[in-house]
Amino acid sequence: MGLTAGSTGRNAVDSGLNIHKKTPEDLVVAIAGNPNVGKSTLFNALTGMHQHTGNWPGKTVASAQGRFSSPRHSYVMVDIPGTYSLLAHSPEEEVARDFLCFHRPDVCIVICDATCLKRSMALAIQILEITGRVILCVNLMDEAEARGIRIDLKRLEDQLGVPVVGVVARQKKSLRRLKALLDQALDSPPSPARPLPCPTALQPAVDALLAHMPSTDALPIAREWLALRLLDSDASLVRQIATAAGWTDQEQQAVHRLVAAQKVRLREEGIHPSRLQDLLVSGLHRETQRVLGGCISQPGDGGYCRKDRRLDKILTGRITAFPVMLLLLALLFWITISGANLISGFLSDGLFRVQDWLSRLFMALGSPPWLHDLCVLGVYRTLAWVVSVMLPPMAIFFPLFTLLEDSGYLPRIAYNLDRPFEKCCACGKQSLCMAMGLGCNAAGVVGCRIIDSPRERLIAILTNSFIPCNGRLPILLSILSMFFVTASGGLLHGLYSALILLALLMLSIGMTFLTSRLLSKTLLKGVPSSFALEMPPYRRPQLGKVIVRSVFDRVLFVLGRAVAVAAPAGLVLWLCANLTLGGSSLLTHLCALLDGPGWLMGMDGAILVAFLLGFPASEIVLPIVLMAYLSTGMLMEPGSALEMHQVLVSHGWTWLTAANVLLFTLFHWPCSTTLLTIRKETASWKWTALAFLIPTVIGCGLCMAFTAIVRLLGLA
Amino acid sequence: MTTTLAHLHPGDRARVCGILLEGGIRRRLLDIGLTEGAEVECAGLSPFGSPGAYVIQEALIAIRKSDGQKVLVKKQKEVTPPWD
Repeated sequence: MGLTAGSTGRNAVDSGLNIHKKTPEDLVVAIAGNPNVGKSTLFNALTGMHQHTGNWPGKTVASAQGRFSSPRHSYVMVDIPGTYSLLAHSPEEEVARDFLCFHRPDVCIVICDATCLKRSMALAIQILEITGRVILCVNLMDEAEARGIRIDLKRLEDQLGVPVVGVVARQKKSLRRLKALLDQALDSPPSPARPLPCPTALQPAVDALLAHMPSTDALPIAREWLALRLLDSDASLVRQIATAAGWTDQEQQAVHRLVAAQKVRLREEGIHPSRLQDLLVSGLHRETQRVLGGCISQPGDGGYCRKDRRLDKILTGRITAFPVMLLLLALLFWITISGANLISGFLSDGLFRVQDWLSRLFMALGSPPWLHDLCVLGVYRTLAWVVSVMLPPMAIFFPLFTLLEDSGYLPRIAYNLDRPFEKCCACGKQSLCMAMGLGCNAAGVVGCRIIDSPRERLIAILTNSFIPCNGRLPILLSILSMFFVTASGGLLHGLYSALILLALLMLSIGMTFLTSRLLSKTLLKGVPSSFALEMPPYRRPQLGKVIVRSVFDRVLFVLGRAVAVAAPAGLVLWLCANLTLGGSSLLTHLCALLDGPGWLMGMDGAILVAFLLGFPASEIVLPIVLMAYLSTGMLMEPGSALEMHQVLVSHGWTWLTAANVLLFTLFHWPCSTTLLTIRKETASWKWTALAFLIPTVIGCGLCMAFTAIVRLLGLA
Repeated sequence: MTTTLAHLHPGDRARVCGILLEGGIRRRLLDIGLTEGAEVECAGLSPFGSPGAYVIQEALIAIRKSDGQKVLVKKQKEVTPPWD
């Protein structure tokens, strides 16, 4: 779950867990493990897919599937969300548990982190309670070795009774043995599951359940394990088991009553739900210690090594943390802006040369002029605009962001900023969603799943669109360079733009805090909940791979999105500008209609119309403004900034207009994709409507207030 | 000497002797290995003083002060950390 073609834009909306087998012989491999141990990396290495990887826990929030084959079998691989345990009650943990219990994969690869094996092992032991068809894969062997940690894999294999293999998932060749083991495991009879002994205090309740529980023969899971789980969990598990074991409704009701009775009995004996959890967890930890006994030798430093301690001193230190953060952000913007300027001109030249070819093609085919205008000047030109303006910043921003993500720095931002979020009764992990929002708000909204408390998740979702996404970045950049940055050309120009952009981002972040606080005092009342965030070790990002892959991913994705969104928008635009009503075009009518509110907000009707028509893709806002001004039936070619500046100024733009456009770009309705994603994530039109209204009201209010003040003071 | 997780200073090591938290956070902390008897080390504090970063089962976990106050620990003798 990061910023890729698969997780941003329209694709962010969908996620489900249906296994797609090509042939009935396909074998299902589940891949499970703690968050951030390299599941996605292994998944990609085996399937050759580009499931996004990043160095922060909770990244895979939806299950991915891929295929690969070995000499003997073909496999469908399912990437299960990372969990620490199958006991707990978070949605990901339920997904993982239910998949392993009720979908019965043919084999399950459990990935452990060699640098902190003790913790990874608890999950492996819990999975071994359910199924014996397990391969334990100890990842990050290279990092462990670098830290002087030695692991006796052979001994571990003997202790667990299942194959154990050490790998470096980032290196493809180290996976050959894993594939061979998979074939071997499937061609030999599975070793039995190994349920842990039932804690003695719970034995009577379990026995009572076992005596009356209907047959579970259809489910190859130890009955004692099922009984223990029933005592510990909610009603949904009874339903799941009932479906899988083929119980009748009466039987299911009977089990419900039975479980309830035993829970009451336990409580009478002083075993409250939290005590019950303690019993289960301590049993688990005893077993972990037994299994690992004598398998690991390591120096005192452990998983949190000296190098990381030093880095954290700087990156999360009291004095240095925020300056470093701002510096990194400024650098990110600066590189993006300077690089984008270079590519942009080049790209638009190329695209408009293609337009000439298209025109000639249409003429050669003898098409009527209106068809040529519609297709070439309407659809294609909008497309070319969007691509040439939007693609360059994205193509640079995304790899840079991925580098940050891979390095393990993002969770540190959440750590640094958690306190202010707590003050606003929200969760520090919201800053991770905001960081993703910088790339794409739809992806940011999906990313909010990493926040456990539903209340805090809603706050994060509702405020995500305050962060300007990559689609809005070009608008901000063009306006900045036309009206606010005086240095002309070169790196200095880029630096100024980056600094102003940073200031705008601070405004966005401030507004996020303010709104989060307001929401949690009004609509979403509540106290801050708890927060436990794992901060992974720093890793050196794989530079080449990151750059090649994210550029490739983005380029394809942006082209796809441009076709899907901008092309139809171009059609509507062309129709608006060319269908006339009483002498003037629809577009002119619309602009005139909105001139009043536009004036109040320090802009004009054309700008508001542009923002409205830009609903499917914010990238086309600026071109529409120009089109309305020039009252041509088509978008102008993206000329130099100077030309654009002249057109705008001659239509009454002042610095006030520009400032208001900047404000309104930051704070207005989210794009259609983001809203669809919000609808999907919240399953409610009410919250979706609110996600639309909040930024819109704030944006209109801010612009009006700012304009009124400036006009009163006679500054513009 | 018994104190709480929230009262540990960077560099302090302690052993968990009681968890008074309830609900989801209790679950989560148990899962990541913060159980009775487990050893923890306070590795640092966030710039605003909360959350703190703690080494638990060889991993670095951020826990808010408000939650840390409900985790009882026995402080172990002071040792100068090797990285200072």
